[in-house]
Amino acid sequence: MSILDSKVPEGPLAEKWKNHKSNINLVSPANKRNIDIIVVGTGLAGGSAAATLAELGYNVKAFCFQDSARRAHSIAAQGGINAAKNYQGDGDSTYRLFYDTVKGGDYRSRESNVHRLAEVSTNIIDQCVAQGVPFAREYGGLLDNRSFGGVLVSRTFYAKGQTGQQLLLGAYSAMNRQIGRGKIKMYARHEMLDVVIVDGKARGIIARNLVTGEIERHSAHAVVLGTGGYGNAFYLSTYAMGSNVTAAWKAHKRGAFFANPCFTQIHPTCIPVSGDHQSKLTLMSESLRNDGRIWVPKTMEDAKAIREGKLKPVDLPEDKRDYYLERRYPAFGNLVPRDVASRAAKERCDSGYGVNKTGEAVFLDFAAAIQRYGKEQAHVKGLDENDLTLVTKLGKEVVASKYGNLFQMYEKIVDQNPYETPMMIYPAVHYTMGGLWVDYNLMTTVPGLYAIGEANFSDHGANRLGASALMQGLADGYFVLPYTIGDYLSNDIRTGKIPTDSPEFEASETYVRENLNKLINNKGTKSVDYFHKKLGKIMWNKCGMARNRAHLQEAIEEIKQVREEFWKDVFVPGAENEYNEELAKAGRVADFLELGELFAKDALEREESCGGHFREEHQTENGEALRRPEYQYVSAWEYKGQPSQAIHHKEDLVYENIEVKERSYK
Amino acid sequence: MNLTLKIWRQKNASEKGKMVTYDIKEVSPDMSFLEMLDVLNQDLIEKEQEPVAFDHDCREGICGSCSMFVNGRAHGPDSRITVCQLHMRSFKDGDTIHIEPWRATAFPVIKDLIVDRSSFDRIQQAGGFISVNTSGNTIDANAIPIDKHDADKAFDAATCIGCGACVASCKNSSAMLFVAAKVSQYALLPQGKVEATDRVLNMVKQMDAEGFGNCTNTGACEVECPKGISLENIARMNREYLAASFKG
Repeated sequence: MSILDSKVPEGPLAEKWKNHKSNINLVSPANKRNIDIIVVGTGLAGGSAAATLAELGYNVKAFCFQDSARRAHSIAAQGGINAAKNYQGDGDSTYRLFYDTVKGGDYRSRESNVHRLAEVSTNIIDQCVAQGVPFAREYGGLLDNRSFGGVLVSRTFYAKGQTGQQLLLGAYSAMNRQIGRGKIKMYARHEMLDVVIVDGKARGIIARNLVTGEIERHSAHAVVLGTGGYGNAFYLSTYAMGSNVTAAWKAHKRGAFFANPCFTQIHPTCIPVSGDHQSKLTLMSESLRNDGRIWVPKTMEDAKAIREGKLKPVDLPEDKRDYYLERRYPAFGNLVPRDVASRAAKERCDSGYGVNKTGEAVFLDFAAAIQRYGKEQAHVKGLDENDLTLVTKLGKEVVASKYGNLFQMYEKIVDQNPYETPMMIYPAVHYTMGGLWVDYNLMTTVPGLYAIGEANFSDHGANRLGASALMQGLADGYFVLPYTIGDYLSNDIRTGKIPTDSPEFEASETYVRENLNKLINNKGTKSVDYFHKKLGKIMWNKCGMARNRAHLQEAIEEIKQVREEFWKDVFVPGAENEYNEELAKAGRVADFLELGELFAKDALEREESCGGHFREEHQTENGEALRRPEYQYVSAWEYKGQPSQAIHHKEDLVYENIEVKERSYK
Repeated sequence: MNLTLKIWRQKNASEKGKMVTYDIKEVSPDMSFLEMLDVLNQDLIEKEQEPVAFDHDCREGICGSCSMFVNGRAHGPDSRITVCQLHMRSFKDGDTIHIEPWRATAFPVIKDLIVDRSSFDRIQQAGGFISVNTSGNTIDANAIPIDKHDADKAFDAATCIGCGACVASCKNSSAMLFVAAKVSQYALLPQGKVEATDRVLNMVKQMDAEGFGNCTNTGACEVECPKGISLENIARMNREYLAASFKG
């Protein structure tokens, strides 16, 4: 029997969360004042959790590695946030959001968690509006919605292409209010380098002050990780430069199981790689697929001519274009889920139809949308709908009002005007569905250690739908964790302050110091980036959009070699007791080099295709992902010294309220 | 292209800094400005020298981390972008580029091009919020319709990324545009009106306490703001402040 207890409450699905909240233990306001909680990470999940925990009366210490809580990478989320408000009256409901999310995740997520997410989604919108988040509105003054991939309703709330920014600034403002009241103590430019376990419970962290290099001990009654995903294992991704797995990985090494590490989202609409100097990739919001049409030329000759610059894409007539998503998936068209869209782009480019110099790009074209909107505007304004110049001008204005900042961003990077010529896009690593295993209460396998937002694994299965990351981050932080954590902390009301001079803190600090010493004194010959890039290449080529047994086995060996080489030959300049970005980076890359191997091992174990995990051995005749019922479980890995020795545990996934069937978007 | 870089190097807050010259070769016009600095840093690391420290994170112009003065302008020669979005195609072979940190009393240098902007956080902590608990038990989001024009203006103000270019560009090192953006966002929305008086008074008080200078309406902040936050917001804050002063 599995040792994983998901602690899913009894009762019918729709009643579970309500009943659970009514039945769990509470901590009285007077006792909350005696309880300390550490929250690591200040993105949507960590920031909202810190604010709510402080409002409830707990003493919160919040940590982030950036110079301000407001800079966490949630800020870069563009498109929107889902909620089952059904303001559009298009048939949306809690059940439909739940259903879409489970199906979108290819039946690899936990039913009860997803239903709870759908339930609290509506509270998020109410809450954010009350906080002054300026969502987009219609002329009548009510909130506007748009559509995202994998669904047939409009349930996405947005603030132009900056929804993540506005939501994060909302959470940041809620945090600021509590910092002002003294209920949150904020530690910016601090990096967590270990979790301290005392008597089997998470009781604190070891953190490094990134400005002074000081190693600090911080104790608490519980530790919450909202530290995001690990997509930077691929080196090139849409993540921020500093995004890392270190907090989650250290937790893993201290006993927290790591779930489904191979479930990675590769987002279909990113700006293609331009050269070796590239440090990161830029996402173009999925919302663009509301109006943009994706295509490549029908013939190899045309594709070649476009690649060589002999033919302009705008000059290629309609009948010579292959709108391959509309062709393959007529029901969802350009709005198929991300995994499906990414694989389809890769398939076309691998077959030789790519449209940029490297052959790894497809077009995202707004010409049709500009004409459609232009005609509509001309009609509304009583102007000549057949005046092409006028219609184009009006259409461009509408497109600018919807996606202006994204178009500007594209033009700055690529130096082409997307109003005049189609954008070029290609898939890039964007999000990780895998993460620390948590039970229904969001607690990891270490008592008192919680993981929220992207850092946990629970809600998105094998593929996340667009506009659901923001929803999950805020749901976990504002509405789930602050209540479930009380159940655990109710046993701690008489514990008193956790001392930081215990042998456990001593041992953790020594471990952290030794690790830093090793890195700084190694005096090898190669920079941290050299190893990071090397790891990234292996991950992208062998653990990327399509995986197979041979490649994964090679990846495991190669990553191991790079790791050994790293510890022999890495060079970190500067000293420990000062601001030293290379040292911080070295620690993060060291952890990626361990995670990467577990990632490949997990992908190798999962002999099926599902969501973002595509095993070439397991596909239908039409090249679609072939799920296998015997793999209907969560893989949770237990650390045993080396990634190769990790022990595999399974949490079987049971679907009582949803029929597991072939995931079709045709 | 080949370039000469003159970069501010300063070991830490207490030591004196100076401009140091570096030559960099074979820079591609498709590189971003920060990728060019990455190349320089890799080069320095190979020579066992300390790389240039600078703040950066999202590298897509939204986190507000990057903050450098390039050839005398906040975020460099192009407009409406952060320095991470600046590309080397804005320069030409043989150019000399001067790179300095933000200069302001309220932004002390931490190292090289990195400054301490926690004064901005403290201003926000003084009142940059709406005092509503995150219980989720608020009224329905559509219960109060909001004029689209007001909502759009509030959004425009709310797009401030807190980078500090406004302060760095201002001859008085004033933070008025930054503070006004937050005050305006809430002043334009019905949710924010309830505590508008205290908010503007407290935020301005904190702004003054941090050592930012006064506004003399030169408008450099608006010109250099990567998000195009309008001076209109400062006018709105002044009105709010005046009204609050009479009330308060």
